[in-house]
Amino acid sequence: MVQSLNRLKETASQTAGPYVHIGLTPNFAEITGVYGEDLGTSMVNDRTRGERITITGRVIDGADTPLRDCLIEIWQADGDGLYNSPSEMRGSADPNFTGWGRCPASQETGEFRFETVKPGRVPFNDGRLMAPHVTFWIVARGINLGLNTRMYFGDEEKANAEDPVLARLEHKNRIPTLIAQRDGNTYRFDIRLQGDRETIFFDI
Amino acid sequence: MSQSAILTNRKPETGAFFQRDREWHPKAFTPGYKTSVLRSPQKALISLDNTLSEITGPVFGHNILGELDNDLIHNYARPGESAIGPRIIVYGRVLDERGRGVPGALVEFWQANAGGRYRHKKEGYQAALDPNFGGCGRTITDEDGGYVFRTIQPGPYPWPNGPNDWRPAHIHFSIFGHGFAQRLITQMYFEGDPLIPLCPIVRTINNPDAVSSLVAALDMNSTTPMDSRAYKFDIVLRGRRQTLFENKREGN
Ligand SMILES: [Fe+3]
Repeated sequence: MVQSLNRLKETASQTAGPYVHIGLTPNFAEITGVYGEDLGTSMVNDRTRGERITITGRVIDGADTPLRDCLIEIWQADGDGLYNSPSEMRGSADPNFTGWGRCPASQETGEFRFETVKPGRVPFNDGRLMAPHVTFWIVARGINLGLNTRMYFGDEEKANAEDPVLARLEHKNRIPTLIAQRDGNTYRFDIRLQGDRETIFFDI
Repeated sequence: MSQSAILTNRKPETGAFFQRDREWHPKAFTPGYKTSVLRSPQKALISLDNTLSEITGPVFGHNILGELDNDLIHNYARPGESAIGPRIIVYGRVLDERGRGVPGALVEFWQANAGGRYRHKKEGYQAALDPNFGGCGRTITDEDGGYVFRTIQPGPYPWPNGPNDWRPAHIHFSIFGHGFAQRLITQMYFEGDPLIPLCPIVRTINNPDAVSSLVAALDMNSTTPMDSRAYKFDIVLRGRRQTLFENKREGN
């Protein structure tokens, strides 16, 4: 016998189910008057620094159908590469940028949409700079444990080429699944749950 | 008390999180829960050491909360009225895997009404809507990680999976700890509910101890006499690695 490490086990996940919007975006679910505004609706305001961009896309299932009941959260650094978080020790992030967004997919088209700024570069654990990226978390009916992925920017070819996370990926042909393509100020990022172009999901 | 006042007394946490035990959590592909079949990634997840992007996370201040946000009996009810159903208090602590309370965690919850009906346009169950029940609430944990809310006990409900599948009574929980990698959604069940072991969603979890940890205990010592029963539900988020010794590389 040995001593116990006295560790607890993480609470097991369960699916967010079809009514996740009731809890996380009740105004979107037409339950009004409880909260003023759904959390995570706006990431920026008039004074936010950095390049304004829109991120849009869909989450697509194994039958090529967009999920119309999923919910996406994103987390990203500000335009200078700083996170608006107490765990950010390198400096103070833009106080007019939350870094966090929450968006239910459209119940008609399955599209999600975030109005945000293009993030700056953040160092990897060895100090090398990662390419600009946005962390995604996807929950829905049928997803038993929230899925994590990253979105990189198609117009950052040089930064992407030297990104330490992308560099470690064994199957280089899957890297395009993480890269959003630019069209004006909009980046399109479709997330595929299955199939030949299944998005890379991370165990973070 | 504001969130920042809590956090200033505590050194910001910057460690990576313990690896997730993916045998303990439900797998992605669980054909007994039919919707998972087309929504489960089929390729292996790629391991990613936590970077700043995963260990950081936003803060939610108590200033976002309204007075009735943690009172589902009243937060959607007309003035002077209240939701119908058995009144309960749900309380507990948000802890991390090292057993420490997680202060300032955003806890959001949603549920069906006492008849098992959700206030949602896609809902297909015929049980009656309660005009005084919305079904959502939220709170932020205190300095010890404690939280509490008041609601009515939700009813079980049928759902389109098998021809006769019923969900046990449950409350959905979303928990936002200190790092984005701690993000978790789960469901709380009620002690003694015979539908728990029959449920295909519960059965996505293989480990019986993991299922037990989702079952809230009836706590007759925390009731409000002649008003509410109480259920205790603790939630554990991923723990952070401790830096026991600095291991700085040259040039850092
Ligand atoms: Fe439910």
